[in-house]
Amino acid sequence: MAAAGAAATDLEVVRGKRAALFFAAVAILLGLPLWWKTTETYRASLPYSQISGLNALQLRLMVPVTVVFTRESVPLDDQEKLPFTVVHEREIPLKYKMKIKCRFQKAYRRALDYEEEALSSGSVQEAEAMLDEPQEQAEGSLTVYVISEHSSLLPQDRMSYIGPKRTAVVRGMMHREAFNIIGRRIVQVAQAMSLTEDVLAAALADHLPEDKWSAEKRRPLKSSLGYEITFSLLNPDPKSHDVHWDIEGAVRRYVQPFLNALSAAGNFSVDSQILYYAMLGVNPRFDSASSSYYLDMHNLPHVINPVESRLGSSAASLYPVLNFLLYVPELAHSPLYIQDKDGAPVATNAFHSPRWGGIMVYNVDSKAYNASALPVRVEVDMVRVMEVFLAQLRLLFGIAQPQVPPKCLLSGPKSEGLMTWELDRLLWARSVENLATATTTLTSLAQLLGKISNIVIKDDVASEVYRAVAAIQKSAEELASGHLASAFVASQEAVTSSERAFFDPSLLHLLYFPDDQKFAIYIPLFLPMAVPILLSLVKIFLETRKSWKKPEKTD
Amino acid sequence: MAAATPLALFVLLLLGPGGWCLADPQRDSLREELVITPLPSGDVAATFQFRTRWDSELQREGVSHYRLFPKALGQLISKYSLRELHLSFTQGFWRTRYWGPPFLQAPSGAELWVWFQDTVTDVDKSWKELSNVLSGIFCASLNFIDSTNTVTPTASFKPLGLANDTDHYFLRYAVLPREVVCTENLTPWKKLLPCSSKAGLSVLLKADRLFHTSYHSQAVHIRPVCRNARCTSISWELRQTLSVVFDAFITGQGKKDWSLFRMFSRTLTEPCPLASESRVYVDITNYNQDNETLEVNPPPTTTYQDVILGTRKTYAIYDLLDTAIINNSRNLNIQLKWKRPPENGYIHYQPAQDRLQPHLLEMLIQLPANSVTKVSIQFERALLKWTEYTPDPNHGFYISPSVLSALVPSMVAAKPVDWEESPLFSSLFPVSDGSNYFVRLYTEPLLVNLPTPDFSMPYNVICLTCTVVAVCYGSFYNLLTRTFHIEEPRTGGLAKRLANLIRRIRGVPPL
Repeated sequence: MAAAGAAATDLEVVRGKRAALFFAAVAILLGLPLWWKTTETYRASLPYSQISGLNALQLRLMVPVTVVFTRESVPLDDQEKLPFTVVHEREIPLKYKMKIKCRFQKAYRRALDYEEEALSSGSVQEAEAMLDEPQEQAEGSLTVYVISEHSSLLPQDRMSYIGPKRTAVVRGMMHREAFNIIGRRIVQVAQAMSLTEDVLAAALADHLPEDKWSAEKRRPLKSSLGYEITFSLLNPDPKSHDVHWDIEGAVRRYVQPFLNALSAAGNFSVDSQILYYAMLGVNPRFDSASSSYYLDMHNLPHVINPVESRLGSSAASLYPVLNFLLYVPELAHSPLYIQDKDGAPVATNAFHSPRWGGIMVYNVDSKAYNASALPVRVEVDMVRVMEVFLAQLRLLFGIAQPQVPPKCLLSGPKSEGLMTWELDRLLWARSVENLATATTTLTSLAQLLGKISNIVIKDDVASEVYRAVAAIQKSAEELASGHLASAFVASQEAVTSSERAFFDPSLLHLLYFPDDQKFAIYIPLFLPMAVPILLSLVKIFLETRKSWKKPEKTD
Repeated sequence: MAAATPLALFVLLLLGPGGWCLADPQRDSLREELVITPLPSGDVAATFQFRTRWDSELQREGVSHYRLFPKALGQLISKYSLRELHLSFTQGFWRTRYWGPPFLQAPSGAELWVWFQDTVTDVDKSWKELSNVLSGIFCASLNFIDSTNTVTPTASFKPLGLANDTDHYFLRYAVLPREVVCTENLTPWKKLLPCSSKAGLSVLLKADRLFHTSYHSQAVHIRPVCRNARCTSISWELRQTLSVVFDAFITGQGKKDWSLFRMFSRTLTEPCPLASESRVYVDITNYNQDNETLEVNPPPTTTYQDVILGTRKTYAIYDLLDTAIINNSRNLNIQLKWKRPPENGYIHYQPAQDRLQPHLLEMLIQLPANSVTKVSIQFERALLKWTEYTPDPNHGFYISPSVLSALVPSMVAAKPVDWEESPLFSSLFPVSDGSNYFVRLYTEPLLVNLPTPDFSMPYNVICLTCTVVAVCYGSFYNLLTRTFHIEEPRTGGLAKRLANLIRRIRGVPPL
């Protein structure tokens, strides 16, 4: 009876042990994973390896150059070799993680009949007009015509000519090494028309380490899908000046053609406003010698901030704004001049601020005051104003004057104020800049996500990242095969997608739950559950050890 | 960081002189107006209206040259295809019972209602974007407008301006009652004015005074109106209105008199040169209560009579564009004084400061015979800081009793007695003559129940959770893991053991 009771008790004890072990097993095998799974932050997979691969991306910028030889440009036996293709590749040295290589792919061929005819005409302009019609050149490509050494198409002292479109003319020669020498000249001209180091350095200014030139290089606006241009007339003294400007006409006549030419680089919108009682932040100094007022160069930075609060943010879009201010100084402070470093008045009476815009001071003709009572009616001479603003606009878009090779004739600008190859150069620079921006954005996003483990990565964020990576790769490929237009579009897409992923608000949802607070919430649940399990596990462990030792002793 | 770069001008070939079109007549105009109304309660209401009218079709593409009309709002109209926009920010509540009917009332907080053009396809999306943009322009939390607080009224809120059809599908209405209106909302509103706050009536808009008022409401109304009498084309009208009610007791030390300087701490110095009309109207209607008469200074040049909101009113007009008005004294400070027969009332009120000093209200009043006088004071219940609650906060908080001191006319004329000689009980309060006596009465203290937070809530939650888990889980766990067996009753006391010993010796099985 006692034995039976003891056996039953033993059975009970074993069952109790098993139950405790089962509890522990359920808690560990089922409870912990369940808890882990349900409280886990959702992180979609991202192409981390591809993103880190982007940093080592090699950009090959291919510029297709068609070189057309006229009949007497090179020796006859050289002409026999045509057509063939030469590639000239060169690495652009920049202190940047991306390697950028520039490739000029020169396709040599003989001139067609109509080209011969055009190039034998009297002047370059005529020739251009005739060459222009039949063909439409792709963005980024160039055509160089090699003419005979004694052709009268160019002035005798000039060796080459850069046209307003995508064409150039180079003088040929009768020499054994003709192809080599001409080839070098062609590369010089082609570089001036497409890619130079300083253009790329300016485009990558934000990503390069600071140097002494960086301030100058950071003048152009950052690349964006669109830009807003605002012309503001500041009239701080409406009691004395009744200022009128024909901004509608001026925009239609001067600004719009320029922007139409630039339209490949982004969307533009133009508007204007008149602001009354908008003062400059600085009091101008009086110069008794000329009885005029002047603004020092070191005062100019302080001019902008107080004015800016009145300009108003652009409500309707998120594009960067370029401000052009025409300031008519108040009667008490006129005439007002801007002085440069040496104290001489600036001829245009204007200055610009990088990535912000330009300000021009427009003085009212002092004769006007004598004629009539206040307020004086002022009609602004828009030709004078727009000359300055358009020049500033070119600078702010980073359309710098090209480095013309020696003995080269540069054609005058087209009527829009922008040469076609200048637009191409802008697109090259903007594509590279976009790629650099997108790469940086993706890299920092990947770093951030790696560092902070409780950021949620939703599927749409992940898909934007994938899209951005694909767009960067596509853009790089298109650049390498010389399709500038599609490369630029792809680079814009890359920037848009990468920024959309980076600034997605869903990334922030769970960021503000630090670990210690989480455990403070869990402890009232975990503690009463864990203590009995742990205690019984300890007890079972001790008993098992005892029962192992016992048989040893009996032995 | 402006790098001043002298420009090397390159020649732009096309910049030939274009034909200058002769200056066309101005297509926009500005009218500004301030109406000052002394309210029946003794407070003073000031209502500013700035009306910018622009003879332009804003919806047409490409029109983007702004003069008087603010660019920020103009861009909104064209980008979101608005037909009408009404936005108001209000602090306080217009008390019609004391102040009479308002010109334009607005609910407390922020109110936005918008009619979109019927070309808008996704009204809800435009509405969302618009409220976000407005939130940026006016520094307000309008971005909290979403589908949970947006409605589309079908009967009310008809368009105020020109409208061909009224399909309510294009109307959206939202109110944010929690929105606190402050200086940061006023500054962008002022920036929309052509003369900013530098000239004209807008000089008076000084934030620290405007928000020191019982009621502050600023609004923006945009609507299309007829350009001419035959209504052949439309113009856009922007009305910026601002109404404030000044508490007369705070600004005027208990008097109903006011002046521009006392209310706004500014005076009018020059008209806005851009305004085609700039006027101040002062309500000088004689209500004929208590034989009061009023006097405005400087005397107005003209007056204007009309029936406004159902009552005939007279206004004194000051036209700022009339050079004589400002030039005489270089500034204009309109003053209004009430003249009334002298009365022997006295009111002294000292407002409380939180945690520093209590309210004090003293009134000297002469009560007519057989009358009941009721003095009531409104108060608001507020939450204290959590450390300021007494250990028994639900008991309530005491407000000290009010005191009534009175000289009561005596029924019987007492003969003057020597103060030193008379009994002590009759000479506590000195009385000058025997025709009345002095009484001081106290009312009961008031016990006010303030709202009390539930201090123990987090503790309760944790305790409850722990208890539930511990009880359920713990007992369940014990039930399953412990072994239970019936305890053999232990060998009993000493007697039983002895008995067993004897039984063993005897060879009998033990008990």
